[in-house]
Amino acid sequence: MNFLIVFRKEMQEQWRTYRFLIVAAVFAAFGLVSPVLAKFTPEMLKAIPGVPPELLAAIPAPTVADAVSQYVKNMSQFGILLALLVTMGVVVQEKERGTAAFFLTRPVSRETFLLVKFAALTVTFIASLALAAAGCWYYTLVLFAPLAWGPFLALNGLMLVVFLVYMALALLASTIARTNGVAVGLAFVALILVSGIGALPTIGEYFPGRLFSWGVTLMLGGNGTAWQAFGISLGLIAGALLAACIIFRRQEI
Amino acid sequence: MSSVHVEALKKTYGAVHALDGLDLQVAPGTIFGFLGPNGAGKTTTLRILTGLARPTSGTAQVAGVDVLKDPGKLSRRIGHLPEEPAFYGWMTPREFLDYLGRLYGLSASARRARTRELLALVRMEEVSKRRIAGFSRGMRQRLGVAAALIHHPEVLFLDEPASALDPAGRKEVLDLIGNLRGQCTVLMSTHILADVERVCDVVGIIAKGRMLVQSQREALLERYAIPAFEVEGDDQAGLSLWVETLRRLPWVMSITPRNGAFRITVRDVQSAKRDLLALAVNSGISLNRYEEVRPSLEDVFLQLVGSEGLA
Repeated sequence: MNFLIVFRKEMQEQWRTYRFLIVAAVFAAFGLVSPVLAKFTPEMLKAIPGVPPELLAAIPAPTVADAVSQYVKNMSQFGILLALLVTMGVVVQEKERGTAAFFLTRPVSRETFLLVKFAALTVTFIASLALAAAGCWYYTLVLFAPLAWGPFLALNGLMLVVFLVYMALALLASTIARTNGVAVGLAFVALILVSGIGALPTIGEYFPGRLFSWGVTLMLGGNGTAWQAFGISLGLIAGALLAACIIFRRQEI
Repeated sequence: MSSVHVEALKKTYGAVHALDGLDLQVAPGTIFGFLGPNGAGKTTTLRILTGLARPTSGTAQVAGVDVLKDPGKLSRRIGHLPEEPAFYGWMTPREFLDYLGRLYGLSASARRARTRELLALVRMEEVSKRRIAGFSRGMRQRLGVAAALIHHPEVLFLDEPASALDPAGRKEVLDLIGNLRGQCTVLMSTHILADVERVCDVVGIIAKGRMLVQSQREALLERYAIPAFEVEGDDQAGLSLWVETLRRLPWVMSITPRNGAFRITVRDVQSAKRDLLALAVNSGISLNRYEEVRPSLEDVFLQLVGSEGLA
């Protein structure tokens, strides 16, 4: 019911409240800076007085793999953090401000209200990640060598899936919570659980974080897949959104 | 058929009975004053009738729609102004009303015309391109009224529409509500008796989640009328001593000071009319005002709810 009308409003809101620009700017900055850091970190180390010559000699010359690795490292940290920060307030703040009550007596179903927010944030993250990827690709080309398009696209697609997992969990937290503080707490509990369990040796193979290493493997031409982690990630997204819709439908505003 | 039909509505929050078997009927086209002290259950009732909350038991229909079974249909029939209407501060009033018009499926030309009409109605044409974020409470309230009317609702729910406004803002909003008479059914919750007296045709008084009485305003005033007289004079001390002597009279029920005057409620109007002025003359009291007073809604409210019910 009225999905596209509300979606248009959400996108306008992201633009006018600078949320889109902030996410895009942060992503673009990390995309650009990753190959630069990979290239010049050894140079910077050399410039530091007192570094033992043996250590400097042991540092290998930077390669494309370092640029990719740096890119994934930055995105896996700041991308996830941004996904949580941008999403965890979107529902609870509307409940606290009263705009949710004001609009839910209009022809806007509760499912539309939630899913439109997720859809709008997804578009923002896709656009921002595209900027980051373009920046990284260009600087890697200038400083090292061109990146293979196919694997690089796959890597970014996999990173997007991970971000969507955290966005869906943060949206669920925002739906459950009555106050912004509780939403923040729940979102970070979700982060600790998913990333903490994902760091364990065996079970971690099935968690979203595994998609980052799968993407790097693809970039470096290695073998190995992580389809289970991919499937579980999609399941987490669908499950979190479904739970948010069910809870929100029963919730008193 | 009633525009609003509520039967045995109950809502409990743990051990608290916010609504305790509420019955309510509102006839089409009336401006209904839903009156009660703070915490009586007015907002809970409105939240249920607008689909924001679910009752524990009981039934509620608005414009022929069961509020529990068909929230989508309900949303197209009603308008709602919460106590503190909230908006997206980055929007302008024009954008906001246009957005609502889209949600209700109005065509582009209908949206333009209705937006213009409503902005004129709430006197906001001059600020129609300013961001809502900088608006005062009164401006937000007026915009809220416009937003509630965008789709010509059959039933309009207003939750304390004027309680937080200054006198000028209150007058504006109440005038707006008064002008809706005959256009749609209005259910207005408030704890301000003067607002109800000013615009409402029918009054329902709620306390502790139950409807105490529901009636036409004039019929209510007559039904609960207690005959009373008010006297006022320059010599407050002398007047005070004199009215104390009246307490002994068998036809006097009570004497209460009120805004520099004294209100004398009586058991026997004829005796009062015959004796009161004569007694004043005999005691040498000079009166600036002597008046048989019409009971106010406040008198009725206090009789029914009790002064302890007033917050």
